[in-house]
Amino acid sequence: MHNHGPNRNLNAKAKDFSGSIKKLFKYNKSYLAFMLIGWISAFLSVILTLLGPDKLKEITNTITEGLMTGIDLDRIKTIGLTLVIFYSLSFIFNYIEGLVMSTVTNKFSKKLRTEISSKINRLPLSYFDKTTIGDILSRVTNDVDTIGHTMNESFSTLVVAITMFTGSLFMMIKTSPILALTAVLSTVLGFGLMMIILKNSQKYFTKVQEELGNINGTIEEVYSGHNVIKAYNASSEVEQKFDEINEKLYENGRKSQFYSGLMQPIMGFIGNFGYVMVCIVGSILTMKGLTSFGVIVAFMIYIRLFTQPLTQFAQALTQLQSTAAASERVFEFLEEKEQVVEVEKKFLDKDKAKGTVEFKNVEFGYTEDKKIIKNFSAKIKPGEKVAIVGPTGAGKTTIVNLLMKFYEINSGDILIDGVSIHDLTRENIHDLFVMVLQDTWLFEGTIKENIRYNDLTISDDEIEESCRIIGLDHFIKTLPNGYDTVLGDTDTLSSGQKQLLTIARSMVDDSPFLILDEATSSVDTRTEIVVQEAMDKLTKGRTSFIIAHRLSTIKNADLILVVKDGNIIEQGNHKDLLKKNGFYAELYNSQFQNATTE
Amino acid sequence: MFKMFKNLKKKEIIYFLISVVFIVLQVFLDLKIPDYMQEITRLVQTEGSEISAVLKEGVYMLLCAFGSLIGAVITGFCASFIGTSFEKNLRSKIFRKVESFGMEEIKDFSTSSLITRSTNDVTQVKMFIVLAIQMLIKAPIMATVAISKIANKGLEFSIITAIGVGVVLTMIILLVILVLPKFKIVQSLTDDINRITRENLTGIRVVRAYNAEEYQQGKFERTNDTLTKTHLFTQRTMAIMSPVMSTIMAALSLAIYWVGAILINEAAIPDKMTIFGNMVTFSSYAVQVIMSFIMLVLLFVIYPRASVSAKRINEVLDRIPRMKDGELEEDITDLKGEVEFKSVSFKYPDAEEYILKDISFKAKKGETVAFIGSTGSGKSTLINLIPRFYDATEGEILVDGVDVKKMKREFLNNKLGYISQKAIMFKGTIENNITMGKSLKGKPSKEDIDNSIEVSQAQEFINSLEQKLNTEVAQGGTNLSGGQKQRISIARAIARNPEIYIFDDSFSALDYKTDFALRKALKKYTKDATILIVAQRIGTIKDADKIIVLDEGKCVGMGTHKELLKNCKVYKEIANSQLSKEELEHA
Repeated sequence: MHNHGPNRNLNAKAKDFSGSIKKLFKYNKSYLAFMLIGWISAFLSVILTLLGPDKLKEITNTITEGLMTGIDLDRIKTIGLTLVIFYSLSFIFNYIEGLVMSTVTNKFSKKLRTEISSKINRLPLSYFDKTTIGDILSRVTNDVDTIGHTMNESFSTLVVAITMFTGSLFMMIKTSPILALTAVLSTVLGFGLMMIILKNSQKYFTKVQEELGNINGTIEEVYSGHNVIKAYNASSEVEQKFDEINEKLYENGRKSQFYSGLMQPIMGFIGNFGYVMVCIVGSILTMKGLTSFGVIVAFMIYIRLFTQPLTQFAQALTQLQSTAAASERVFEFLEEKEQVVEVEKKFLDKDKAKGTVEFKNVEFGYTEDKKIIKNFSAKIKPGEKVAIVGPTGAGKTTIVNLLMKFYEINSGDILIDGVSIHDLTRENIHDLFVMVLQDTWLFEGTIKENIRYNDLTISDDEIEESCRIIGLDHFIKTLPNGYDTVLGDTDTLSSGQKQLLTIARSMVDDSPFLILDEATSSVDTRTEIVVQEAMDKLTKGRTSFIIAHRLSTIKNADLILVVKDGNIIEQGNHKDLLKKNGFYAELYNSQFQNATTE
Repeated sequence: MFKMFKNLKKKEIIYFLISVVFIVLQVFLDLKIPDYMQEITRLVQTEGSEISAVLKEGVYMLLCAFGSLIGAVITGFCASFIGTSFEKNLRSKIFRKVESFGMEEIKDFSTSSLITRSTNDVTQVKMFIVLAIQMLIKAPIMATVAISKIANKGLEFSIITAIGVGVVLTMIILLVILVLPKFKIVQSLTDDINRITRENLTGIRVVRAYNAEEYQQGKFERTNDTLTKTHLFTQRTMAIMSPVMSTIMAALSLAIYWVGAILINEAAIPDKMTIFGNMVTFSSYAVQVIMSFIMLVLLFVIYPRASVSAKRINEVLDRIPRMKDGELEEDITDLKGEVEFKSVSFKYPDAEEYILKDISFKAKKGETVAFIGSTGSGKSTLINLIPRFYDATEGEILVDGVDVKKMKREFLNNKLGYISQKAIMFKGTIENNITMGKSLKGKPSKEDIDNSIEVSQAQEFINSLEQKLNTEVAQGGTNLSGGQKQRISIARAIARNPEIYIFDDSFSALDYKTDFALRKALKKYTKDATILIVAQRIGTIKDADKIIVLDEGKCVGMGTHKELLKNCKVYKEIANSQLSKEELEHA
């Protein structure tokens, strides 16, 4: 979930590395010019650094030459001033690069976050049936963070490293091919060694991520189930389970940390090794008169400049891997198939709606192979109170989902005031309906904000009025901040009170159709009656759909649809259905049977 | 933070000492390498030197480098051991501590906060400790050795180095002051982004039904904007760090050579050579001095975050659970399955209002006692006092004639079969979920399991699964429906064969038919067991031997369904709200 920390994907591997990086650039198009400026600055800054040692050598030479006879201070001054200019320029370029890159990456991260967030609202609801909230959340924060962090560093590091590497290689080959070969060979040796280590350690890194996920999962599970674990004397059992995972995590963590810690010392050693090799081969060449001292001295600097970027390469590459893995996950999400864009063929005015609904041979399944709703037909007259009952999994909520056009029906049609929902936009339909769900949904904000929600035209009086009707007003007023009480993580409200709040939210919304999906399940039955009376007043003249477990809730409905396995098996009002003595009657009577009497 | 170090174990301290030795060795060898380099440079530059001489110096230098590598490897080994072992032990310590907590402590910290403390905070502290071990030792040693090499080798050079150190330190301190407070803001803004997205996702249907997509996006954008601005401020400010550092390093060498040239020029002939030598030494060691100071300061940059985490962990470790375990481990009465409340009152530790006031009743062996009342009437709280999730504020609760506070909790729990309102599932197979924990006779037998799933009406759906009892349950039981989870959690209690069943509104997730069938089967299976039921539906409880009606924490009625219908106003209201007149008369 949210507690895996920012390093979660740092060692993840992308399935399609180059594809992801390409996409990253494509998405980054508008900032490409800025990035170029950043890279050019980095490039210039490196070039200036490469020139530095050479000039410094000149100063040393000047001093050595005039050590006994008197030093040419003017020359030193000239070189010194040149270097001051070099360093200042290098400083400026370096800083520009930092500024540009951090600006670009932050703007880019912001863009990605915005796009993910707005994408959420454009995806069909069916998408959320197969994804977890934690997964999407980690894309918005973890993955975007990873991209932000690594993109900034890895690309600049890569530019610096490549410039330094090719620059020094070029200078070396130009100066002495044999010595260049010596330098390259001795470094390659070390580099190969490093790659082997890197490859070997990779599996421990993956393992660590895995075990970290396991241990966090276990901790979450055990802490949330504290009561049950206590009551069942299962403490030692879960401790044992925890210890096992903890031990595995420790083993892999130790190894991965050890290997990753090896990189720096090994690179240091390779640097020294190359240095000595160059010196030895260099002196042999000098003895044979094949090269001059100056070359060796120059090479001693080049070999340092040559090995240094290798570590950076390794670093940048691992970072780029994580960038690729993270952007792959982000783009995967951004490329998900969206809801069909609708053209408004017809429009139903909220204030003029009559209130008929007709289901015509509707068929639907969340997946292709499993039909939830089969040949469902029903006709609802204006102002009717329709109840949908049936066992769990019968498709009650699905019917509502289809009516709200959350999902597209496979075949058949639903007509609202005679207009097919295919011809209406989702926005139009949502405007006609108001709906209260079983899962109460409140956000962090004041009670007032929660009731008003996105309709800013609703006045404070209207809010208080609706709370008064459902009997919540008194309670809210006893809270220290009244209607301005902020609802947060803490349990200021019981689940029943939360449900009442969402009912209040629906009451201020003035719509011709009403859907209540187990809307009063957490409210006790006495309060429910109060709410129902209020609702009845509210639903007068409006077509309403009610789904409820408690059959007492729906007894006075005009039409009861008994749904089983996606079909309507019975319909009529309460009395008719009881007389029929069918499935409904059985369902209804089961609540009065005594367990003791057979 | 420093309290954290107390959690280091003996073996870790030994490893720590070993790593100190090798770090010293490593630093010593590292600083020796420039000497050999100079010697090699000199040999190469001097005409007529032997290759063997270069080779000899080269081998020495390589030996030094190799020794340093070995030192680094050993230190790395020790550090990775100390860090991960420390992490493991600390995490296990917190985990066990939380396991020892009662509901009071859990509620105080909140579950989600405890989870972060056991995971993220531990990682933070570990990362700091690993870095601290290496840097806190290495930096001072390196600084000392480097300074000793350049001590007394020219005041002017020392001043230049000191200025360099000063500039770098001032810059880092300024940055810390400027940026660090913003880091905290970034953290809370990230939490906000998370929260808003989570809200949008959990309420996706509501958002769409209200056409509130733009409203949500607007909310998200506002936070996104602030977050980006804060990020930009911190990162743009921090961007100055790397150019300043590299420029200072480069400028330092330049300054030393430049000043050196002037000094040599002005010095008397015999002193020229010494000054030249000093200049060369300074240029190679001054950088090391600055580096070690930078390392130290960077440690202080990451310190605040780790320190906050350490504090949060210590809060957990220092908390002493208020509830004390009892001592009694065996029955001292002949009673079985009897529960008695003697004028019990309860309020949450810091609350003013009582949730339960003066409750007394007795449930005898084999009886079914039910509790009913509106939301917030205290019925769940009441039965949660029996397994001691909380202790009664006043009064006594007796199980089999003994005060629950005097019993060892394991002993008490063996008598009880508690089923929570919300079914709780654990990762593992269905069978693991049923057999979890310890009961009087150890693990339930195969027969017990079969009986338990039959009674809990879970057999049908379990048999329809391909793997049957061995079906894997996902974390939190997300691959099962609410009703399925509840049936498994009821089977879990039945498999223990407890004396007393406690159903905390466990039937609400079941439809009437299953509810009815389950209760019927249970009654048949466990004739002697006492059953305590909290329920919302009259249908679930109306055949109970005794119904206790609660209203605002007080007992307002006690008796059978028929009696209560006659003499308890609250009960009548509840019944009226669920049943019609005819049904009530029929009953």
